[in-house]
Amino acid sequence: MLTTLRRQTATGLRLLLVMTVLCGLVYPLAIWGVSRIPGLSGQAEGSIVAGGAGSSLIGVDPVPADPAADPYFHTRPSASSQGALGPGDTTTSGGSNKGGFDAELLQDVRERQALIAGREGVAPSAVPVDAVTASASGLDPDISPAYAALQEMRVARVTGLPVDRVRALVADATDGRMLGFLGEPTVNVTELNLAVRDARG
Amino acid sequence: MSPAVAGLLQAGVLVLFLALAYKPLGGWMARVYSDEKHWRAERLLYRIVRVDPGVQQRWTTYAAGVLGFSFASIVLLYLLQRLQPLLPLAFGRGTDDATTVAPAMAFNTAVSFVTNTNWQSYVPEAVLGHTVQMAGLTVQNVVSAAVGMAVAVALVRGFATRGSREGDGIGRIGNFWVDLTRGVTRILLPLAVVAAIALVAMGTVMSLRSGVDVTGVDGAQSTLPLAPAASQEAVKELGTNGGGIFNANSAHPFENPNALSNLFEIFLLLVIPVALTRTFGIMVGNRRQGTVLLAVMGGIWAVFLGLTWLAETFPNGPAALAAGGAMEGKELRFGVPGSALFAVSTTGTSTGAVNSLHDSFSGAGGGITLLNMLLGEVAPGGAGAGLYGILVLAIIAVFLAGLMVGRTPEYLGKKLGRVQVTYAAVSILAMPALVLLGSGLAIALPGTADALNNEGAHGFSEVLYAYASAANNNGSAFAGITVTSDFFQTSLAVAMLFGRFVPILAVLGLAGSLARQRHVEPGAGTLPTDGVLFGALVGGTVLLVAALTFFPAMALGPIAEALS
Repeated sequence: MLTTLRRQTATGLRLLLVMTVLCGLVYPLAIWGVSRIPGLSGQAEGSIVAGGAGSSLIGVDPVPADPAADPYFHTRPSASSQGALGPGDTTTSGGSNKGGFDAELLQDVRERQALIAGREGVAPSAVPVDAVTASASGLDPDISPAYAALQEMRVARVTGLPVDRVRALVADATDGRMLGFLGEPTVNVTELNLAVRDARG
Repeated sequence: MSPAVAGLLQAGVLVLFLALAYKPLGGWMARVYSDEKHWRAERLLYRIVRVDPGVQQRWTTYAAGVLGFSFASIVLLYLLQRLQPLLPLAFGRGTDDATTVAPAMAFNTAVSFVTNTNWQSYVPEAVLGHTVQMAGLTVQNVVSAAVGMAVAVALVRGFATRGSREGDGIGRIGNFWVDLTRGVTRILLPLAVVAAIALVAMGTVMSLRSGVDVTGVDGAQSTLPLAPAASQEAVKELGTNGGGIFNANSAHPFENPNALSNLFEIFLLLVIPVALTRTFGIMVGNRRQGTVLLAVMGGIWAVFLGLTWLAETFPNGPAALAAGGAMEGKELRFGVPGSALFAVSTTGTSTGAVNSLHDSFSGAGGGITLLNMLLGEVAPGGAGAGLYGILVLAIIAVFLAGLMVGRTPEYLGKKLGRVQVTYAAVSILAMPALVLLGSGLAIALPGTADALNNEGAHGFSEVLYAYASAANNNGSAFAGITVTSDFFQTSLAVAMLFGRFVPILAVLGLAGSLARQRHVEPGAGTLPTDGVLFGALVGGTVLLVAALTFFPAMALGPIAEALS
């Protein structure tokens, strides 16, 4: 029995080494090679937007120089951010892992509602759910159309752009459900903030 | 379109595509494992590793192959992690205190990936370089799935052999090296290549750079880590592995960029376990035998999906009520339906990838994902592991039915005597013993309370979930729990090892004992095992075994929370 086991382990090691070359080098490097095709390479390297101002897949909350004149659309909260709101740590993705009965999570939700309500000049009850809950990755690039609408007036006021212009930019950055039924309607914050910046000139 | 209709359509499209793949993939896999011919490339490979592919093995030799291959895999993967600073594309990871993979963590991770668990106690994008990811983890994602499929096929052969009275072929269940190789060369790798390219086209990253620096609209600089994700993502789902190349796993936009890739990944993690029931039906010469098992799997999956979706749509926790919904730990692009669909599929297979944080699910929603694993992961189970898991439960069901009517039980033309039922019982009892002993021990230790992220019943669920995930080789987590202590690293590694190899040894022993038997034609007293009645019986057995074993533990955790 022990001889069999020893012999089979030796065979196993030889096969493993061959498999390591095949599945661990040839396979991933071949896929990498295919991903160099123009049209795929941009996505393979992280969907970086023109000018290197971020990735359209990664949401990083922008920090205004003056909180009283905040020209940005904001992302969802990130569990890795320093405060209740603000940018998370892009180098370590993850969420809070807090359950619905957790006292700290309840406190976080209330604090976020108050902060956002103050920032946008609305009642805390008007703040939508995605604005006060941290995503699973901490890097969610999207917000709901409701949260975007909540921020439109402030962005228009601070940037001096007409409200209709801001609404049009939001509409441009909004995607319905993919193929009409997959997922949820979303507004891409990275792209929206860049569009607002470009519109200001 | 209302969210509910969209969610139903999404689940419907998933089922439709699984149905389309069922016959061709199931039939292809049956041909792969029955083919007398070897491909030229395979013959070359057998020559290199010095294997005679013509040899038919007894179960003991087959099992020694499984153990030997897995042992070699654990050693190599451990060494790759420990020697990371010497490898290319390591980006300095592993050179300082923050990123060095300590022995306990390296052992835990090695065991985790070799046992098809992919439990992760490390932060991938911070700790592991691309060489360990590709040459270590991606390799195990492929071969550990192929091992599970080989074991399942060996068991099916045990049933399928007609059994000669004497001669050399008696009690032989195949050649492990051939089954393992073909699982890779003819099933997993070809599918993975297509899936990986499709994922890149959908937006998953595939980069050999360590990361990219960006400057946001506010002028703030940040580094976005990159990785060879698409190749690993494809096989992570196809092989029901689940280990993310990023910490947030399939919630990370670089792994799972949009709702389409989300549905595609769910399809990938279900397709092999689902199609294997077809392979089984073909190999035992009666396709309806496979359809019955698939119906049991599909029934449990559909009910659990409905329950999780409902629980997450109407959460009961104060924090979720204050926020206005259960979006903590969920990505907006997937929403509740896309998250529930992924959660039920990943815990019903042995995948354990996550696109949302199960720890943040409501009591009932998180409880269902936990229960899904505690059923033994048969809805539809891991690649191979799901099929042999449900076949063992079917044997128990036939045995129970035999007891009720007082006849010698037989299944697929093979008599189920003391030996077979003993093997089946060992296979079934290993996981509950590990879960309950492990959770009990952890709770009794003084340090555990500090490792928990949530209070009260939910904190207990974190411990129970950890051991359920390890012993079932799932790998998902109520991830708030801190499992980096030596106790957790070691005890969870032990749970993964025994949870994988005790059932595998029992199943191979069972296969050997069945292969030695002659086929008997069904008589008047034989329970038909290809109809609705038997399906209900197997489904009942699955639920009964889990309920009797786990009700007290579930009552302390998720049930208490759901009723709060």
